[in-house]
Amino acid sequence: MIEPLLEAVDVAKDLGSGAARVAALKGVTLTLNGGELTLLMGPSGSGKTTLLSILGCMLTPTDGTVRICGRSTAGLGPEEMAQLRRLHVGFVFQSFHLFPTLSATDNVRLALDVRGDPARAARAKSKEALARVGLADKAKALPRVLSGGEQQRVAIARAIVGSPSVILADEPTAALDGENGRAIMKILAEIASEPARAVLIVTHDPRLLPFADRIVHIEDGRITGEERGGASSP
Amino acid sequence: MEGNQVGNMPLVFTLALRNLFHDRLRFIATVIGIVFSIVLVMVQMGLYLGFGRMVTTMIDHASADLWIMPKGTKCFEDPSLLNMRERYRVLATSGVAEAIPLVIGFADWRMASGEMTPVFIIGSDLRSGGLEPWNVVEGRIESLAGAKNVAVDQSYFDRLGVSGIGSAAEIRQQPVRVAAVTSGIRSFTTTPFVFVDLNRARSYTGVPSAKASYLLVRLSANTDRDRERRELLSNIPDVEVLTPSEFRERSRRFWLFGTGAGAALFAGALLGVIVGTVIVAQTLYASTKEHLNEFATLRAIGSSKRYIHKVIVCQALLSAVIGFSIAALIGDVIVRLTETTALPILITPALLAGLFLLTIVMCVGSSIAAIVQVTRIDPAMAFTR
Repeated sequence: MIEPLLEAVDVAKDLGSGAARVAALKGVTLTLNGGELTLLMGPSGSGKTTLLSILGCMLTPTDGTVRICGRSTAGLGPEEMAQLRRLHVGFVFQSFHLFPTLSATDNVRLALDVRGDPARAARAKSKEALARVGLADKAKALPRVLSGGEQQRVAIARAIVGSPSVILADEPTAALDGENGRAIMKILAEIASEPARAVLIVTHDPRLLPFADRIVHIEDGRITGEERGGASSP
Repeated sequence: MEGNQVGNMPLVFTLALRNLFHDRLRFIATVIGIVFSIVLVMVQMGLYLGFGRMVTTMIDHASADLWIMPKGTKCFEDPSLLNMRERYRVLATSGVAEAIPLVIGFADWRMASGEMTPVFIIGSDLRSGGLEPWNVVEGRIESLAGAKNVAVDQSYFDRLGVSGIGSAAEIRQQPVRVAAVTSGIRSFTTTPFVFVDLNRARSYTGVPSAKASYLLVRLSANTDRDRERRELLSNIPDVEVLTPSEFRERSRRFWLFGTGAGAALFAGALLGVIVGTVIVAQTLYASTKEHLNEFATLRAIGSSKRYIHKVIVCQALLSAVIGFSIAALIGDVIVRLTETTALPILITPALLAGLFLLTIVMCVGSSIAAIVQVTRIDPAMAFTR
């Protein structure tokens, strides 16, 4: 049996304290396997972002366990969690979060620089990653001269440049028009087709359904259903 | 538009540089803050060093292995007097080659126009050359042996109402004539120095012939100075025997700390450091706050806290280097402008090195508030902003 790249078992998370304490997640179990693009869908306030933060090793669960590439996050401190993130997780954010003063190459290179990779090799890898998302000719461009779709592609290049096992994307197409959104999804689906890589996308957008191998529904902090997506149809 | 390529520069440095220059107005404010602060400290400390050198200028130019003075003498200008009979005891001490009396004191200088101004008389035996004028630009030192002859500095011509060699005036109602002119012998008290022969110094200052202000001791070759000093102290009661460096230090301590002048200079310097630290801390904090999203993104993609701290410290260091460079240029101009004044600002290489270190410490110290702020950053912010 193939071990999942990411596994969350009975994860619960309480947010706030005292009277304001809220159970954001109530016993969530989810696995992400290599070669799969999973969509996590649910209404606002259903716990999607909290789950994404826990799966991305940014938050620790109140209860339950999370294992990433076989390593449990239980008992890890902030710096150990940061190490897990930089080695195993790539992030794509809704509003891109590119550094406005850095070129596309340097934005991508950041993901390697925080790992301490040598500058020359990191620059070469960053250019390769940009070429992979179709931006070889925009390597020196600053984010402000790129379109929204191009900025998101730079963000994807940054997420994949370190060859993480898991890519977590938060509404990656929400800020884009239909055409750019489809282009981004094609890239993410292609990345997810690699057997050693799992992609989880949090979205509200039903137009993404054809790209998914699995669709997981979450509501009120619980997984309410799971189905195979359009991409897994024969 | 393309981003500037910075070669293979470490990304931490690039990020710090770009963050710094992103808001140019704030960057200029930061640099002005650092420059203002460092120039203030530089001027205060330069004044301190300049003052320290000025108060010992006579000791520096005297030719003595040891200074003998009345007990409790605080500085070169101290009016206490020695008995001249001590001179014979000094000369009787083995190892002493010469004991040259020196007479100093204030007197009134009456110009040809009838106006009066105070002067500081320095009189020594011109044949032995204990403390004679230096930097003589007109006339000869030897001419001071002649009756009425005095040496004055050209910077005090206006104060003394003279125009050069041959000008006449009166000291204590006795006629004097300028016979030698020096350059750059200035007093920090602004009272002009007047060099004369020993005997006339007595008559101008009212010091009786049985008294002297100091005895400048020259030792024979191969004499152990410390041993000689011990012997002099055991032979002669009620005097102090100091080496030139000890006397220098004592004079400096008196004028700088006994009068409060040094404390005032240090207080000014401290104020400069505080102002600089506050300005740099405020601008770094504001800059960090503005880039909080970026720091949260860095944290989200797995950067360590140390990496982010490095970006902030790098910003502080860049500000320090730029600010210090400008301050050093301004300091150079100030030194040139004050070098011929009564109190020149003295900036030594050691002071410059110390100020550079201070700038670095001040700027890096200022980044603490910003570092504390990013330490609290939640990487999950990247999902919610």
